Amino acid sequence: MSLPTTPSQTVGPFFAIGLPWEGGPLAAAADVPGAMRIRGTVYDGAGTPVSDALVETWQADPEGRFADLHGHGGPSALAGFRGFARCGAEQGDGSFEIRTVKPGCLPGPHGARQAPHIDVSVFARGLLHRCVTRMYFADEHEANAADPVLASVPAARRETLLAAPIDGGYRFDIHLQGLKETVFFAL
Amino acid sequence: MRSVQTRLDTPRSYMREPGGAHPPLDCPPYRSSALRHPKQPLVYLPHTITEITGPRLLSELPVSEHDNDLTRQHEGEPIGERITVSGRVLDTEGRPLRDTLVEIWQANAAGRYAHRADRWPAPLDPNFSGAGRCVTGEDGRYRFTTIKPGAYPWGNSENAWRPAHIHFSLLGRAFVQRLVTQMYFPGDELLALDPIFNSVAEAKARERMLSRLSIERTQPHWALAYEFDVYLRGPQATPFEEAH
Ligand SMILES: [Fe+3]
Repeated sequence: MSLPTTPSQTVGPFFAIGLPWEGGPLAAAADVPGAMRIRGTVYDGAGTPVSDALVETWQADPEGRFADLHGHGGPSALAGFRGFARCGAEQGDGSFEIRTVKPGCLPGPHGARQAPHIDVSVFARGLLHRCVTRMYFADEHEANAADPVLASVPAARRETLLAAPIDGGYRFDIHLQGLKETVFFAL
Repeated sequence: MRSVQTRLDTPRSYMREPGGAHPPLDCPPYRSSALRHPKQPLVYLPHTITEITGPRLLSELPVSEHDNDLTRQHEGEPIGERITVSGRVLDTEGRPLRDTLVEIWQANAAGRYAHRADRWPAPLDPNFSGAGRCVTGEDGRYRFTTIKPGAYPWGNSENAWRPAHIHFSLLGRAFVQRLVTQMYFPGDELLALDPIFNSVAEAKARERMLSRLSIERTQPHWALAYEFDVYLRGPQATPFEEAH
């Protein structure tokens, strides 16, 4: 027996009523060693910031362990680490900011090793389904060069997946469309 | 030994969905999609450990007893038709998903959202915020008490009105299962005119977004009941991909 899934619909412009909460942007508490910020802006095809976007992130801890209960590789032992952040931009400038720690390397398909990365979902009015991307780190040259998922992305577009180091963390802008369109994945 | 049980329950790879299971990102009748849909082809992402794990948020996002009753979040009762909305969260193999967060938000009985950006001049209801949360039980069941939301006009075209709907957000158990959708009401004549509902091409698939009136669950002299089951992606039958 295999049934079809319930179809996706847009999050609409008023998700801020139901989805954000105070601790939402904190994938790691401020006192977790290595805590940093990742900030960015979501842009549309005209280069205008998307004022009603919702960004969610999911990632491993620096040891490559997840804060879920599934037990793959053993759950994260890092106190104050959640690995999930939700940042709904209601402020109207399309920006998001989460607090987290840099994830470690992870096992990948066919024995490959994955570079540190964060899975990202983008929801917004106008998007009938979430857009999924991955954030890698521009300063992880060696690990990025060996990453199987990055290798599957056309070379000219890989840069759209790289978060740039800034003071106190990284910057990762997301372009839904246009010349700098971010690479999105089929999940 | 719950953790061992959970580990055994966790699929290592999830089904890939056929085209048409979800609406297209590019949907011209829905004007807001024009500048927001990616134009480059999506890149295939294998289901690695990052995709088959997911947050629970059960301890980090406290869900209190009254969070699933939207009619009791203020001093007085909200205006409108009191209803219950309940159902199960299942995977596509029909297995109930327990301990998963269900979040809803909606307009009030007049079709107005309690959001400062909603400029539609229908009355706000001081007794209705329009947001609820709950966690599914052992059998995947969730339940909300709320009021039936009203239809509202929107800017998509000159005389566009959204059919009554409740926004639903589901975390599931894995990143791949995350779903945001909308629940509609049976027999709503605005459904045929709505570009968002009709962005899903197949009639059969659209039906899965419709709740159904349940006279069995209706509470006499109190609240009409609607049933709405949500299906999230299930495990792949044959593990073509190996998640690590
Ligand atoms: Fe709505």
